[in-house]
Amino acid sequence: MEVEDNIVLKMRNIHKIFPGVRALQGVDFTLRKGEIHALMGENGAGKSTLIKVLTGVYGKEEGDIFLEGTEGPVAIHSPQDAQNMGISTVYQEITLCPNLTVAENMFIGRTKGTVQNWKKMNADTDRILQSLEVPAKATQQLGTCSLAVQQMIAIARAVDMECKVLILDEPTSSLDEQEVEKLFKLMRDLRAKGVGIIFVTHFLEQVYEVCDRITVMRDGKLVGEYEIENLPRVQLVSKMLGKEVDDLSDIKSEAKAYEADKGAAPVLEAEGLVSNAGIKPFDFHINKGEVNGFTGLLGSGRSECVRAIFGADRVTGGKVKMKGKDVKIAKPLDAMKNGIAYLPEDRKVDGIVGDLSVRDNIILAQQVLKGFFKPFSKAEANKVADEYIKLLNIKTASKDTPIKSLSGGNQQKVILARWLFTHPEYLILDEPTRGIDVGTKVDIQKLVLKLASEGMSVTFISSELDEMIRTCSRLIVMRDRKAVGELTGDELNQSTIMNTIAGGDK
Amino acid sequence: MAKTDKNTTSAGKGLSAKLMGMTDTNLLLTITVIVFFLMYICAVAFLRGGFLKPQTFFLILNSNAALIILACGMSLVMITGGIDISVGGVTALVSMCCAVYLDYKGGNVFGAILIALAIGLAFGIVQGLMVAYLDIQPFIVTLAGMFFAKGMTTVVNSSPFNVANEAFVALKATRINVPGLGSVNKKGIYVPAYVEIGVVVAILIVIVMFMVLRWTKLGRNFYAVGGNKQSALMLGINVKRTKFLSHLICGLLAGIGGFVYFLHVGSGSPSNAAGAEMDAIASSIIGGTMLTGGVGNVVGTFFGVLSLSTIQNIVSSIGFDEAWWTGITKAAMLCLFLLVQSVVMSVRKKRNSGN
Repeated sequence: MEVEDNIVLKMRNIHKIFPGVRALQGVDFTLRKGEIHALMGENGAGKSTLIKVLTGVYGKEEGDIFLEGTEGPVAIHSPQDAQNMGISTVYQEITLCPNLTVAENMFIGRTKGTVQNWKKMNADTDRILQSLEVPAKATQQLGTCSLAVQQMIAIARAVDMECKVLILDEPTSSLDEQEVEKLFKLMRDLRAKGVGIIFVTHFLEQVYEVCDRITVMRDGKLVGEYEIENLPRVQLVSKMLGKEVDDLSDIKSEAKAYEADKGAAPVLEAEGLVSNAGIKPFDFHINKGEVNGFTGLLGSGRSECVRAIFGADRVTGGKVKMKGKDVKIAKPLDAMKNGIAYLPEDRKVDGIVGDLSVRDNIILAQQVLKGFFKPFSKAEANKVADEYIKLLNIKTASKDTPIKSLSGGNQQKVILARWLFTHPEYLILDEPTRGIDVGTKVDIQKLVLKLASEGMSVTFISSELDEMIRTCSRLIVMRDRKAVGELTGDELNQSTIMNTIAGGDK
Repeated sequence: MAKTDKNTTSAGKGLSAKLMGMTDTNLLLTITVIVFFLMYICAVAFLRGGFLKPQTFFLILNSNAALIILACGMSLVMITGGIDISVGGVTALVSMCCAVYLDYKGGNVFGAILIALAIGLAFGIVQGLMVAYLDIQPFIVTLAGMFFAKGMTTVVNSSPFNVANEAFVALKATRINVPGLGSVNKKGIYVPAYVEIGVVVAILIVIVMFMVLRWTKLGRNFYAVGGNKQSALMLGINVKRTKFLSHLICGLLAGIGGFVYFLHVGSGSPSNAAGAEMDAIASSIIGGTMLTGGVGNVVGTFFGVLSLSTIQNIVSSIGFDEAWWTGITKAAMLCLFLLVQSVVMSVRKKRNSGN
């Protein structure tokens, strides 16, 4: 097959099979010169798999890849091959080496020659980082940079390569708004230079802000390719889900609020709580059946607050009462014994045990509470696993599948199942919807409201304001590691929240 | 622009800030070098005696030249995220094979060197292939390698013996005087300080390895693979080849180290270099190489070997010269260094996250 003019990449009839899962079934994908092409789909739709096939991380069972400037299909066996062919990639997980310096990370794996001119590379790195306004020095060790800066460095590296195809696999999930703007400017510049960009993201706004074209995938199959003007948001979402969506904005009114006893003491009450993670002392309370949330910019201390409540950071001061009684929570196990469950922000680091099966991951927390000498019988464990796989609609080949082979959103559901199985009175969800698709997001939000209506107290943290507004009845606003406001009722709208985050009328 | 910026800021901040800005590798190296010099200066100041003579230092070097070479290879494998516990066995095998070749078969020194290199290289290649391409745990592979090497040593010759080959004995006795250093003995005659040939080889290897690790592409690849294998792959590094090369070089260095060891002791014995692999690991760790990979430096390893041996000399010169004290001293030394390293690293982590 000939590669037509102005087409830089063509993937045809790609098949990929993992044990028990047909991850890709005959997917086509075409990328033209100078376009930003969004690749959309739910979790498990096969976006990441498609990209990993393209970059040589996975082999493919069937199908051809054509590149501009080469006759016939190309063989890409490793990320190295892909790089040499002009495909550069920023992966969803930051794939840099924390023990090397920033400059080394920028240039390693893509330089010629044996002896390296580090002086020049350091100077080049500083120049590139400065032009992108990334606050890092070339000689700094990468591990000492924040996650967002590391992500920007990964982007800088990919962009600095002379590439025909640039792949951005959810690059924005750890970036704040200004950084996202910088990235978009960069993407537009590259588009003007004729680079074809594949952009994977879960943020619909971002798609409509920068992209020219959208390819939608579902369940490992291609749904279709669309010009952005011809595909309004609602249609995009319904194509991704394969069904018409319920009106996203109205799930709150469906759920009935839990009728709390007026006189009852709050489920949890904290006074002057402070931890070693650098937050200012804060007061906090949550009632039975209430959903509240912490909001604020990245790094404002949202997560640190809930980590302090759960005892995940070292608590250095303050009092905690549960239902009116003083309790001491020094470590996560104390919190669990008091009926608190915490779904951590970073499921890769704090959540999943990758090599254990879905079933074992689900029963893990409850097993800890029960004590290791009273194991669950196989039958019990299987029953529980089946129940939660069904309840949360977890997509997995079986309950024996290792959790690491599930897609991100489904991993998240398994972790959620783990905590729900401990039947907590108070559930803390820290960014449960980060990096997962629209359908699962709605599922999780609905579940939160349902749990609350049954009397569970939930604290919900999300970077997306509209999600917070939809689910929470009370918001605590954080700024610079300090609680600066509390909003309820009519105050829960975008502009009031933004104003409070930004610091009043400035 | 960027350059002037950097200069002004580094001049503006104090020493502690400069230390905090270092990479882990350089920071740990600095700690090792400082501790070694402090230790040696203390020994000179308080114990006086032998430590006043420069030759004491060079004797330490002479008897540890082989260990320095072995430890360099070990550090390389550890930086890449692996381990090689066969190096002691390879050393024993090399010394025995060379001894048999020189004494019984009437071979020449040049041939012996070739045998040493070939044995080391063979171990490196086979173990490297198994670790890198068959994806077997390096500990297991090199454990097998160790047993095999030790077994083969006894197969080649089961009893220890001294080598009488003339050319070899002459080479073994060759002393290279260190210019400007020496001491006056009791009879008032000036005796210059000297090193053996092995020391020259060891120092050359440290320098070459240092340059490879610091300035070449391959060198950085070792660090990248040790730091994060998956990321290294995604960054376009051939991870398997890098792992393979680390074992190959380590094997080759074990061959060279084996010959240097043989040159120092002048005999073949199945009990040669017993436990050398553990000393090499300990020296690497003292020198700031981390078992978790990605951090380390051969110059640190060099000082690691010297520190380990100096402390043993200090302890025995105080009067604790029974054999078991050596082990206890090593243990204490290792703990001390690990403690210092972990304290400094955690202070630094706290500072960094505070910013």
